[in-house]
Amino acid sequence: MIALELATFCVLFGAFAFTRLRHLELFRTSQQSLDVSAGALNTALLLSASWAVARAVHATRDNTRGAALGWLGAGWLLGAGFVVFKLREYADKAAQGIGMGDGNLFFDFYYILTGFHLLHVLAGLLALGLTAIGLARQRGRLQAHTLETAGAFWHLVDLLWLVLFPLVYVMR
Amino acid sequence: MKHRHLILDLAWLAMLAATAVTWALGRGGWVARAQLAGMAVVFALAWLKGLVVILEFMELRHAPALWRRALIGALTLVVLLILLAYGLSLR
Repeated sequence: MIALELATFCVLFGAFAFTRLRHLELFRTSQQSLDVSAGALNTALLLSASWAVARAVHATRDNTRGAALGWLGAGWLLGAGFVVFKLREYADKAAQGIGMGDGNLFFDFYYILTGFHLLHVLAGLLALGLTAIGLARQRGRLQAHTLETAGAFWHLVDLLWLVLFPLVYVMR
Repeated sequence: MKHRHLILDLAWLAMLAATAVTWALGRGGWVARAQLAGMAVVFALAWLKGLVVILEFMELRHAPALWRRALIGALTLVVLLILLAYGLSLR
């Protein structure tokens, strides 16, 4: 699944980069309207969420339930913070009258790339939440396998954003 | 045990620092002025962050080489494709 997700996003990133070639002025002008600070803040949130989930995996292997749930909760909250800031960004764009399918190819790509990625963040949050419930209910020595799988998906979501951020927000 | 935690903590701090550098370069307008060199620096930082996520967070450093190579290869390929497209846009 990870390979398929990665391949899909690679195609989308490549399509963005090569479509930009043919609509250079539109992409340059439109990209300048995006807030680099908001993109960087969201990068920091996702990186921190990934770090917390990685620490939760270690704590689970160490059989420290409290620490594992604490790290997992922190990772979930940081990921939820990403969603809040992303939705605020969409609201700002909507208030400026910038939507999808409004004839601006850059913003069509912007909504497809960031929206598809946001769906993955939401799926990751669901997986992490269910994993936390499972961990809290486990009896005996903690098993890390489910968390390792959910964590791998979550890190992939982080990895994709690490390319998306400079491509969509920083490129000039 | 502490050693394993320390690697994760240092990796996280290094990636936050790299993000801050990208933010400063992008916000300060240097990326736009430096053009291909600017994008090369920004995507080199993104590639390094991706490498750290793959090796340390996904723990593929200790996984079968096929998985590690596939992910690092895909990351490298997409970064090079983006830089190629950017380079072509400057012609």
